[in-house]
Amino acid sequence: MSELRRNVQRKESWDKVTGNAKYCDDFSVSGMLTARILTSPHGHAIIKRIDTSSAWSIPGVKAVITGKDFPVLCGVLLRDRPALAIDRVRYCGEPVALVVALDEETALKARDLIQVEYEPLPVILDPADALKEGAPILHPQVGVLFPDVKDIYPIHGTNIASHYQIRRGEIQAGWKACEYQVEEDYYLPPSDHLAMEVRTARAQISADGKVKITTTSQAPFSVKKQIAEYFKIPAGQIEVHVPLVGGGFGGKASVMLEILAYIASRKVGGRPVRLVITREEDLQSAPCRLSLRSKIKLGADCQGKIQAAEITYWLDCGAYSDIAPNMAKSMASNGTGPYYIPNLFCNSFCVYTNHTYATSYRSFGHESFTYCLERAMDRLADRSGIDPLEFRLINAIRPGDLTPTQVQCTPSNTGNLVACLQKVKDLAKWQGTAPIKIEPNKVRVQGVSCLWKSASPPTNAVSGAMITFNPDGSLNLNTGVVEMGSGNKTNLAQILAAKMKLDISQIHVVYDVDTRLNPEHWKTVASLSGYMAGNAVCQAADDVLEQIRTIAAQAFECQKQELEIADGMVFIKNNPNCYLLFKDIVAGYKAPDGRSIGEPVLGRGGFMLKGLSILDQETGKGKPGPSWTVGVQIVELEFDKRDFTYRLIEAYTVIDCGALINPQAISEMIAGGMAMGIGLASREYLSYDFQGVLQSPTLRTYKLLHIGQEPDYRVGLVQTPQEDAPYGIRSLSEHGIIGIPAALGNALSRAAKVNCTQLPLTPEYLWSISQKGQA
Amino acid sequence: MFEFTADKCLIELDVNGENKNAIVRPSDLLLDVLRNQFGLTGAKPGCKNGDCGSCTIIMDGWPVKSCLVLAVEAVGHTILTVEGLAGTSPVQKAFVDYHAFQCGYCTSGFLMVCHSLWMMKSDADEEEMEDWLQSNICRCTSYKEIRKAMESVLLQNPQKS
Repeated sequence: MSELRRNVQRKESWDKVTGNAKYCDDFSVSGMLTARILTSPHGHAIIKRIDTSSAWSIPGVKAVITGKDFPVLCGVLLRDRPALAIDRVRYCGEPVALVVALDEETALKARDLIQVEYEPLPVILDPADALKEGAPILHPQVGVLFPDVKDIYPIHGTNIASHYQIRRGEIQAGWKACEYQVEEDYYLPPSDHLAMEVRTARAQISADGKVKITTTSQAPFSVKKQIAEYFKIPAGQIEVHVPLVGGGFGGKASVMLEILAYIASRKVGGRPVRLVITREEDLQSAPCRLSLRSKIKLGADCQGKIQAAEITYWLDCGAYSDIAPNMAKSMASNGTGPYYIPNLFCNSFCVYTNHTYATSYRSFGHESFTYCLERAMDRLADRSGIDPLEFRLINAIRPGDLTPTQVQCTPSNTGNLVACLQKVKDLAKWQGTAPIKIEPNKVRVQGVSCLWKSASPPTNAVSGAMITFNPDGSLNLNTGVVEMGSGNKTNLAQILAAKMKLDISQIHVVYDVDTRLNPEHWKTVASLSGYMAGNAVCQAADDVLEQIRTIAAQAFECQKQELEIADGMVFIKNNPNCYLLFKDIVAGYKAPDGRSIGEPVLGRGGFMLKGLSILDQETGKGKPGPSWTVGVQIVELEFDKRDFTYRLIEAYTVIDCGALINPQAISEMIAGGMAMGIGLASREYLSYDFQGVLQSPTLRTYKLLHIGQEPDYRVGLVQTPQEDAPYGIRSLSEHGIIGIPAALGNALSRAAKVNCTQLPLTPEYLWSISQKGQA
Repeated sequence: MFEFTADKCLIELDVNGENKNAIVRPSDLLLDVLRNQFGLTGAKPGCKNGDCGSCTIIMDGWPVKSCLVLAVEAVGHTILTVEGLAGTSPVQKAFVDYHAFQCGYCTSGFLMVCHSLWMMKSDADEEEMEDWLQSNICRCTSYKEIRKAMESVLLQNPQKS
């Protein structure tokens, strides 16, 4: 167990500080061609004509491809997205054509000669407009074409890609029990994942039809399945490779560029093609974070207990649905935050607009609905005359309570939010709601928000692990998990080291994923890798231990129960002098007399999610994910009343981590999430003009947090083990982001005496709402 | 066909203590030549617009964004990339010790800024350190880890040779 609580360095540390770490675009392949995309300059338009003849005339051009060359519809849930636009573009930045050439310069030159004639159509940029009578319908075929997709409920003839509802208790009786009420509308614009590595992919096809794709994906096994499905290729013919990934945050779980690289290679006889995507294209053309409009009505009785909630979420998924219907489901199933609300009426809609389409983003929509819900919580606390932290303590979900989808909470499946709230109070020296004057024009304030999250994976998602040995007795751990910064490979190595009672230096991991060599791991998303792959690793370790014991029992001519395994050896418990080293036994044992005993040790472990269910369409009853992680966050800042600027001082998170595997790594993962939350809350958004053209497509106009703008980050941990997870750990890779925008919004609303209902929280925004006199 | 052309020229660059030849177009970026012709892929194309700093290298001792330098401009200058540090800079060890990276994509760029700061201004205070490090973006860490790594190095004496 000694490996468990230790701070260990990432296994890939020295590769990452010496330039040895290789990412997708760091490899060159001989004979490689280059592809560039031509994208739509319009938010919504009919494609009247595409003339590629001038582009073809450039020497060195190998192919010019348009949508009609590969009229295939793609999409992980609803197949609503063409590989390249056909007849109509639905967002600015949508790929319209693809040029393949000998080099990038030639591809660019040819691309700029493609002539496309568009007829602009009315643009919808707000889900409220998308649902109005007479709004243009972006996908007339949805609801007709794929009527039997499970758990997705599109409404034909509308812009609704899916909808979910939660009905519990008696909502009218609930309102009667309420003494205090709030009703608020919120709007959050879209933003981007902005992983430092731009998304890219390359593909080649051998003469006998084998497809090789190398990509920056978080979901190599999903790439394989989707390409197989869309192009009717046996999945075994496809190999997908993923080297180290330079940050994903959910944005690399969507399958898009791989499809373009594949059709590019198809069109040039299978030659290797590298698809070059610029940062600007990555921001406009590849999927971004959702936008959200919501209406929240909350009521509490005279003791401050919430009795009723009516919540509507309109998730703006942009032009195509991708994974967004599942995010709408996730918002419905967790949309109350970690509070027990007996009477609940919640609708969640996934709505098409002409924004860049959205995909999963760190925390799968939880960062967005939490902003809305927790702002309303603060308003209701004020109205009830109760300290906001105390108000959250009163309503915190506890063992025995039901979640919105009627799962009964236990310490194992939900952790201990009450303990988190109590701990954060001390850690942050909670000062209450009154701003503290520190200079004539400056006040210091705190804002608080709770967080919770469960994943919404397919009910049958799988993972696996395999273990082999080296001649020195060290282990190789083989999983299908992608290393994109969350430290999964190191965590899994640590779990294996603990199981084997071995130093982690004796565990080797491979960073590249190859879908033929690695056991399938659903996707490296949803903070589930530790739980899913970790369980598979534990099983593989047990398999290995059993095999070693079997061989050693024969060698020592003893019973297996008499044996102990630790520190790379197997020995007889009562006689530790009688031992065999791993290196002498894991390839099969050769006895002193030359006799061979046993066979090489090979470990295998598999894992499949169990007990999850599809939500009931009427009531929402069901179990969407294996467990919840809960926590609470506080932001402290100094606000200047003269110009509405503010400086962040501290950001705190107390989270129930289940168990400590690598304490420093946990804190850093949470702090990284908090930093992303502060960026999101304070400055990040995709700014579109009224024609749906992105106005902030570069890092000069889309601003991220730089050093010197950040607060000090402090993380506190509560440990309530999750019984079915390896050593009791909980998911937490995404969670640092979730409550930060709300905590900042709550702090600034108090500081500026305004009611923040949007993001980002810029001084301009704070000033403008202060002028409207609302509070 | 054999032709002398004005489109391309032969240049010699001093990279990591080695003189290397490259045939380049005048508009080729130093970043692309380092990556595509010399295989030095430590410098990363995060934006190719001078905004993110993940392509930072050291030129004549100073950190420079290699996406903002033409390869032909680099002739006659001393270029150091992350590969040239070869694990010997105290900044590299500090980044490992203080977990100053997660995905690692921005790391080479940050390391080059930090290494240059340590070489040029080993007495830098916090404000000056912030000034230098503001040129680069990290999306994964909270920056606290990078700060701590750099601070730990600034406390040591530079061993300039």
